[in-house]
Amino acid sequence: MKTEITLTINGEAVQEAVTPRTSLADLLRDNLRLTGTHLGCEMGSCGACLVMLDGAPVHACLVLAVQASGHTVKTVEGLNESGEIADLQQNFYERNALQCGFCTSGMMMSAQALLAANPGPTRDEIRDALSGNYCRCTGYEAIIDAISATAAQRMTNAGEAQ
Amino acid sequence: MTSEKAHIGQSYRRESALRHLSGRGQFVTDLALPRMLHAAFVRSPMARGKIVELGVDDAAGSPGVVRVFTAETLNGKCEPWIGTLDHFANMQSSTQNMLADGEVLWVGHPVVMIVAHSRAEAEDACELVMMDIEDDMAVVDGNAALMADSPLASSGISSNMCFQTVLETPDLESAFAQAAHVVEGNFNFGRHTAVTLEPRAIIADFDRSTGQLNVHHGTQTPYQFQDVYARHFGLSEGKVRVIAPDVGGSFGMKLHVYNEEMATVAASLTIGRPVRFVADRLESFVSDIHARDHRVSARMALDADGTIVAMDVDDMTQIGAFSTYPRTSVAEGNQVIRLMGAPYRMPDYRGRLSVVFQNKVQTSQYRAVGHPIACAVTEALVEYAAEKLELDPFEIRQRNLIADDAYPHTSATGYQFEKLSHQASLEKLRALMRYDTLRDEQATLRKQGVYRGIGIATFVEITNPGATFYGVGGARISAQDGAVVRLTPAGDVHCAISVTEQGQGTETIIAQVVADQLGVTPDKVKVVTGDTDTTPSGGATWACRGAGIGGETALRAGRKLQAQILTLAGEILQADPTHLKLANGAVVDATTGNERITLAEIGRIATYRPDTLPNGCDNSLTAAQHFAPSGYPFDFTNGVQASYVEVDIETGITRLLKHWVVEDCGRIINPLLVDEQIRGGVVQGLGPAFFEECLYDDIGQMTNATLAEYLVPMAGEMPDIEIAHIETPTLDTILGAKGVGEAGTAAAGAAAMNAVNDALRPLGARISQTPMTPLRILKALGHV
Amino acid sequence: MKSPAFEYMRAESIAAAMTAYAEADGDAVYLSGGHSVVPSLALRLQAPALMVDLSEIPTLSGISLEGEWLRIGAMTRHVQAITDPLINKYAPLFSAAAPYVAHPAIRNRGTLGGSLAHADPASEFPAVAVAIRTELEIASPTGIRRVPADEFFLDIYETAIAPGEILQAIYIPVPVAGQVIGFDEIARRRGDYAMVGAAVQAVMTDSIVTDMSISLFSVGDRPTRAASAEVALQGRVIDNASIADAQAALSDDLSPTDDPQFPAHMRVLLARVLLGRVLSNLKVVA
Repeated sequence: MKTEITLTINGEAVQEAVTPRTSLADLLRDNLRLTGTHLGCEMGSCGACLVMLDGAPVHACLVLAVQASGHTVKTVEGLNESGEIADLQQNFYERNALQCGFCTSGMMMSAQALLAANPGPTRDEIRDALSGNYCRCTGYEAIIDAISATAAQRMTNAGEAQ
Repeated sequence: MTSEKAHIGQSYRRESALRHLSGRGQFVTDLALPRMLHAAFVRSPMARGKIVELGVDDAAGSPGVVRVFTAETLNGKCEPWIGTLDHFANMQSSTQNMLADGEVLWVGHPVVMIVAHSRAEAEDACELVMMDIEDDMAVVDGNAALMADSPLASSGISSNMCFQTVLETPDLESAFAQAAHVVEGNFNFGRHTAVTLEPRAIIADFDRSTGQLNVHHGTQTPYQFQDVYARHFGLSEGKVRVIAPDVGGSFGMKLHVYNEEMATVAASLTIGRPVRFVADRLESFVSDIHARDHRVSARMALDADGTIVAMDVDDMTQIGAFSTYPRTSVAEGNQVIRLMGAPYRMPDYRGRLSVVFQNKVQTSQYRAVGHPIACAVTEALVEYAAEKLELDPFEIRQRNLIADDAYPHTSATGYQFEKLSHQASLEKLRALMRYDTLRDEQATLRKQGVYRGIGIATFVEITNPGATFYGVGGARISAQDGAVVRLTPAGDVHCAISVTEQGQGTETIIAQVVADQLGVTPDKVKVVTGDTDTTPSGGATWACRGAGIGGETALRAGRKLQAQILTLAGEILQADPTHLKLANGAVVDATTGNERITLAEIGRIATYRPDTLPNGCDNSLTAAQHFAPSGYPFDFTNGVQASYVEVDIETGITRLLKHWVVEDCGRIINPLLVDEQIRGGVVQGLGPAFFEECLYDDIGQMTNATLAEYLVPMAGEMPDIEIAHIETPTLDTILGAKGVGEAGTAAAGAAAMNAVNDALRPLGARISQTPMTPLRILKALGHV
Repeated sequence: MKSPAFEYMRAESIAAAMTAYAEADGDAVYLSGGHSVVPSLALRLQAPALMVDLSEIPTLSGISLEGEWLRIGAMTRHVQAITDPLINKYAPLFSAAAPYVAHPAIRNRGTLGGSLAHADPASEFPAVAVAIRTELEIASPTGIRRVPADEFFLDIYETAIAPGEILQAIYIPVPVAGQVIGFDEIARRRGDYAMVGAAVQAVMTDSIVTDMSISLFSVGDRPTRAASAEVALQGRVIDNASIADAQAALSDDLSPTDDPQFPAHMRVLLARVLLGRVLSNLKVVA
């Protein structure tokens, strides 16, 4: 039996009929073809599937699509198009903070949430914020550097704005 | 003004990174084809047993199920495979096919395949399969497997010994007899696995109307699989297309033949619809190849002054129930015994290798094949010797490294080194890590009860392998690569090449190399990889060959096209081509550099106005080139790593404080990408040194087969890594590049083990097993 | 790793949830943050006919001071233990423990009630609940009752919540003068389940321990009060001697299971080390 759900995804109203067992990740990837959200373990251990649910990163593999009904979801596609992570993307690009790219959207979700809560994190705080994001390719250092650089730029820009 | 070598050596960024950052990656797992079906497998729950009965009727009737396959209904579609090669004398392995037939040989062995409208429905049906398996005694431990009374790991072998070999120099025994010092150790290297973040993924799409099989496959070696699918399913090669789009990590794990991929192809051939298989993480742990699993006993003989005179090594490695296909599971052991002592002048050597079957997941080639084992054993023994002779770790290495001016050199194990830079690397490392300051800091902290350790590991890396590696053994694994470079009608450059991209930046460096040959910027060079229909055939990505072999192929193809363009330009301009060259997107006067005609104009004339060219003038603007290494059998590289750790001696927890690497990969095409290859590689070496291990119980059950229990290295525990380079180009190629993919992984664990032992030394403790878990460290300390 | 099929019902009240549960003849599972239930479905460790989603029930949310008690609604997310000023002030041990619970994204979604009801003996929050003597408010079809944390955790994944009942809220006695706390754990990697963990709350009067509560986790089938260690510290100054006595007493308090990867005596050893470190670093909170 399918259940009707309505939610806002990347600013657009979405209405779908899903089986209750469908995870939010499968809804995004299979039904809506938002394939920038990835599945690496399907049990909340790798961080590849992080999306913003009501503004905070959550594992899309651990949330049922039916539970997200009535809520607001943002995926990497939405964050990309809105421009709100443009500086983070640029720093990841410049620093080569990704190789295969499979962990990348999850990394950016964690980074974005960290910088919102803690605009000037230390390297250790960044590493801590990424403690649930697995990357097999980079060894993490470039990712830490890219997030650190973004934090510094945002602090400078915020200072100039004042 | 663009100089001739403007782009090689620059840190160009990767265009494909922009796609990933925008959520526009194109992985096999992202692909959905019309009428696509989904596969799931019922797997053996036990390590060794006989299949008494399979009941699949309920599964076949489960909602959404299209087809249920067993060995009886599927295996006949595929020519079986055997994981042996001719150049490994007397090796044996049982015949394999897609689904377990009669006997199950490891926990995870696929028995039944379900094809359904969704993966969830396929999994529902898996639960309805009735499987009656009679438990047999499993072979779990490699030493026990070699006992006379041991059961066999499969019914198709005469003993559990897959392969044995010995390398020995004539004077080995006397070297040990006359040695002033002998140090020795027994080492245990745990079994671990690749854990690529994107699991293995394949979509096989057979079109009955045309007989065309398209396979979208997350692999590093599309041509190898085109050949495998054509031969094993009786198709003509031209009707098989393998496409490897973005691949979410590979590291050697995605070039082996797996039961599930073959079964997926067979299912599509049978049903005539696209069939998708994506291993979930639980399946990955019990079906992706595992790595390492070596027990090594080794000793080293030294003169009174600390000169290494010989090593004697015995490696027993445990590979699972089969040798993998088509590369075998013995290549790693072979490299282990050949890389022992490689950085040193050591004249005498004996290496014994035993490759043993057991009822576990197959092990095979994974990043830095054999290197971490050989490096850890050699460097640990060097450290033991330094301790015994009271020499500083730098001092003992300085006394023994092959001198930078003593090349070419042939190792005691028969490897030929063209030119390495151990001495310069060691010196550079010492300055980079501020060794003396670090030693002072260590001594100060030790007085405060803080146990820090410094570990060094020198290494040699095998790159750019030639055909002697696999081809001579009968494997259809290409040692050559091919490129087709063309000038487009608008004057841009297109390069289709057989080497592949998994995020390491292959496409970027190929663009840099081609750009330099054609006087354009790399952004004008579109590089296409990973599709057997659109690229020339070649070996692709394995054993560190993308830059060295792929780069040289691209360079030669670029030069060929350069000559064609200049010839054509000569005709158009009525000029002598030797007085022309390419720069800034144009043909320019070779002496003055003045522009004569743009590439865009050449493209336009050749394409749209060939009628204006002189009679008989060849308007081709496409060049094809293949290249195989023909000089040394391998281009060896070298380097040295250092690790700084702090051991909490009360809990056994180790904190990784810092890591340093000095590396020599010859000509550096892109410094940024080289450094990030090294960083990633280091962490892939530190993972199994401290965390990663496939744990098995005594009946062959893997007990930590989830990502919550198998510990991969995460950001919080990994150190920052400082890198420096020495550049010794190979003279075997014009480009001079060697590989760098294995360098980080090769020695990181060895350096870390030496560092931990350096921290434990004042307490009289020593560890020689990886991963170095808190339990093992506390045991070494005698606390538990 | 796809869940088996089930029906889903989003409950709007506790009564509605319990009715739905009852109508499923017990073949139902309550869902809050889903961070224990959903993975267990993906692993096909359970296959309920019905999932009753509690996460949108208004009465399960909210954090408020009720006299001498802080009431934390069961649906409070882990992250709120870090960010909420009332929790920071009145339940500081929850705040101290929260950063150790899994990873940031898990904490955004996982609930305090869910963590307590799941009763994983390796989890931080159950141990904290025991250390600070919380009372757990359970709704059943016949009424509401409060169970002290000491009596709440019964076994591995087993609590005083009977089938069909719902954990509504956590009641925490507000700190008294002289209260000190300590929390730490030994884990292989950040956010991993601890090899051993310790949550400590004490009351000090003129530097003398007048009340001591030591709750260890990952040492047995449930969060474990170290009663002998507590006695060893009672009435004493916390110094090297009393800490050593408390550490020694742990062998009477703990009898962990043996595992080849983690022998029982290693767990006791780590518990001793950890207890010593936590006792040496107690922080005054009131």
